[in-house]
Amino acid sequence: MFREDGISRGPLEGLIVCPVCDATYQLQRPKNGERAVCTRCHKVLIAPRRKAGMQIIAVAVAVVVLITAASVFPFLEISAAGRSNAVSIIDAALSFTQGPMLVLALMTAGFILFVPLVRMLLTLYVLIPVVLDRPPARHAIRAFRWAEAMRPWSMAEIFALGCAVALVKVAGLATVSFGPAFWMFGALVVLVIVHDSFLCKWSVWNSLEHPKER
Amino acid sequence: MVACTRCTRAWPLGTPECGRCGAKLVSRDEHSLQKVWALWVVGLMCYVPANVYPMLKTKQLFTVDESTIIGGAVELAHHGAFGIAAIILVASVVIPLGKFWAVAFLAVSVRQRGGFTSHRRLLMYEVVEYIGRWSMIDIFVVAILSALVQLKGLATISPGPAAFFFALSVIFTMLSAQAFDPRMIWDAQDNDNEAPDHG
Repeated sequence: MFREDGISRGPLEGLIVCPVCDATYQLQRPKNGERAVCTRCHKVLIAPRRKAGMQIIAVAVAVVVLITAASVFPFLEISAAGRSNAVSIIDAALSFTQGPMLVLALMTAGFILFVPLVRMLLTLYVLIPVVLDRPPARHAIRAFRWAEAMRPWSMAEIFALGCAVALVKVAGLATVSFGPAFWMFGALVVLVIVHDSFLCKWSVWNSLEHPKER
Repeated sequence: MVACTRCTRAWPLGTPECGRCGAKLVSRDEHSLQKVWALWVVGLMCYVPANVYPMLKTKQLFTVDESTIIGGAVELAHHGAFGIAAIILVASVVIPLGKFWAVAFLAVSVRQRGGFTSHRRLLMYEVVEYIGRWSMIDIFVVAILSALVQLKGLATISPGPAAFFFALSVIFTMLSAQAFDPRMIWDAQDNDNEAPDHG
């Protein structure tokens, strides 16, 4: 799609450079479902999918709803000898509350709930105008940059495995039962992974730069 | 020519900022190694108290039990939960130590030629970047346990100071790995001429 009017834009426009090993290639857009891979370090450079934009938006909306619901409803419930205690994810995250532990509480809450939530909201903000063939939203570039920078700090799936470990630790001590939020959180983890694997960074950057020729 | 590592766009050499995504453009981040080592040292410094201080304080009826990371895992193994003990040991001892070693090795190897090929070193970098986050699992376990097990009079669990240091250690080692510029791996290769394939 670039070849026809490639001369009017600088020659560098037609290049793509691998961010991992600096190998340089002539830009050639792969077809939907195909992938452009760096021959030197095997980094996936471009991986477009058909209607990925709409699917990602759908997934992101679902994740936002699930995070909101999962943080409010009871997550796990414990009972032993007639006493019981039900906690939500917010309770779990904010359990560190003495002195410097408060910092830890805020970080935990951030990693589990806040970062995934903000990432999804930013993705929606960036992608909705692009998918609807509108000009990019204001500050869309900055928004997508933040969304990408947050990617390693979104730790919902690690928290899910942490739950499994904690359950086994408690099992000998008391009976544990799952609340509705537990299942929501499970679905959420899967959806976040789907979201990340559908999203092709290069396609988003490209459509932000040239809104019309998606 | 200089390339944007965020959005893969190429720009003429000397362009200060990527016109597409706004990232700062540098051909090679010269302060990369300095940042890697600084964050690495802070991470290691936090890792020591994380293993010395107790991670969990368990109060059961009249006994108070304080366990460190390794102590807790050993206790689990005594109760027969070998799988969980293994997860805890791998996530909070093997992975962090392996990460310290791997990041240090990578940072040294871009300066001196090592026995590893660039591909092996790249693989190592990717594994370190991917797996580092999983060390947080121990912090989340402590968070869940201390929120959940609050049965007044019967048993209560509360976090110890080690949790704080351990979280800091994980965060700093993650930042350290992110500060590493993987393009340096390939520069070392170009100097060595071990495989002259310029893609």
